[in-house]
Amino acid sequence: MSGAALTIENLSAGYHGSQALNDVSFSVNAGDYLGICGPNGSGKSTLVKVILGLLAPDNGEVTLLGTPQSSFKSWQRIGYLPQGLQFFNPHFPATVDEVIRLGRLAGKSFPKRFNREDMAAVERTMEWMGISHIRGSMIGELSGGLRQRVLLARALVNNPELLVLDEPTTALDPETRESFYKLIYEMNRENKTTVLLVTHDTATIGKYASHLLYLDKKVIFCGNFDDFCTSTEMTGLFGEHGQHLVCHRH
Amino acid sequence: MNITEMLSYGFMQRALVGGSLIAILCSVLGVFLVLRRLSLIGDGLSHVTFGSVALALFFRLHSFYMTLAIIPVVLACAMGILKLAQKARIYGDAAIGIVSALGIATGVMLASLAGGFNVDLFSYLFGNILSISSSELAIAALLFCVVLAGVGIFYNDLFASTFDEELAKSSGIDTDRINAILVLLTALTVVLAMKVVGIMLISALLILPAVSALQLAKGFRTAIVLAAGIGVCTVVTGISLSFVMNLPTGATIVLINFLTFVCAFAARSVLRKR
Repeated sequence: MSGAALTIENLSAGYHGSQALNDVSFSVNAGDYLGICGPNGSGKSTLVKVILGLLAPDNGEVTLLGTPQSSFKSWQRIGYLPQGLQFFNPHFPATVDEVIRLGRLAGKSFPKRFNREDMAAVERTMEWMGISHIRGSMIGELSGGLRQRVLLARALVNNPELLVLDEPTTALDPETRESFYKLIYEMNRENKTTVLLVTHDTATIGKYASHLLYLDKKVIFCGNFDDFCTSTEMTGLFGEHGQHLVCHRH
Repeated sequence: MNITEMLSYGFMQRALVGGSLIAILCSVLGVFLVLRRLSLIGDGLSHVTFGSVALALFFRLHSFYMTLAIIPVVLACAMGILKLAQKARIYGDAAIGIVSALGIATGVMLASLAGGFNVDLFSYLFGNILSISSSELAIAALLFCVVLAGVGIFYNDLFASTFDEELAKSSGIDTDRINAILVLLTALTVVLAMKVVGIMLISALLILPAVSALQLAKGFRTAIVLAAGIGVCTVVTGISLSFVMNLPTGATIVLINFLTFVCAFAARSVLRKR
């Protein structure tokens, strides 16, 4: 796998006239693990929304897996895991396998019907993620950690080339969070899946990501994580002792 | 009176068939609407239907022609609710409230201008499935096929959008189009349901079988099938009971639906404790 998985050029975007991103440009090579961090309101989630086509940019261009985002149709090549469901209803009557199967709708043409291949992909993903035993459980009855694992399975059911994670572990306990990140790290290493991880937790980025994008409405730093650790940007952002906090790999 | 005798009447046969078709549609769509917190759209559209009925009566259209005439008006108002919510930067419930009030106000104004209508407007407010004609049953059967085919064709997209709209969008699903389809299918169903329970009680037929099924269902498809089963059983029981005991049909159907909901809720509570 080679070439750029994602290219963003001169991107500006926002909501109702207020600008959340201003002239942002960067690219991510296939197989990279990019951690995206920045303070609250720095435009991290806005960037994710633009990448996924959930928000139209004001200016600039997004190229996804070699195709301009405006004409991108192969959504099965991209997996997305949000922080949580938008308006999660704990009484929603969907089973774990029904939720994971929804991931297979991406890229399907009309009329969207599931076939044996889809069922096999759901089975494979559940087995790989160790959640086959809860296939018939209702999504609302699961713990926060298990629910995020199911949603991750939904994002991975197409074996995507690009995985976008928007603060996926905010509501999880440290142990669950750790196992979650290990799983994504393995996937990046073994399957060469390109990962974009939005998080407040710079230590996690230091531990697992190969590259870092620091945003504050515009790009403050983008590059190799080790380069960030010795950069003036890092010292400017985190102070003299920041290197130990941010760059210490456990 | 025994069941054979009851079923020997043509109007009872038509009522039971028509009522069952409409119950299936209301229950199936109800599951999507309830889970999307759009339950009251049925109420809003029923008020629009009231205005449309008044408009049809104003132009002296009755029965079969009335149904044909009010369908486009209700569909247009359904789209109006969606557009208002999207373009006027207001929440969906406010958009439903605006269109709903407009429907009632139009109905009252037209009734006043006409100096009262000769036909019994009361029958449209509270329904009378026992008076459903063969031509109305034919329209009901046709629209049943259209709405059920719509739900069948877009089932997976409707499920995905109901589960989480943002996730659905990120899978490339055009959720605006899916929302429009759901609202239009609901509008068609509301026009049909007017005859069964009446304008005042349509939302009950959309909400109650769905919420009863949601108490017990383990899975989305199960919820849909269970809601349809509950809808048919309660409508058939309601029609039969109202005929035998000489009760108002629409109200009987709604009360039986409510009792079913109470039973489902109790059953869920018992099952949870085990």
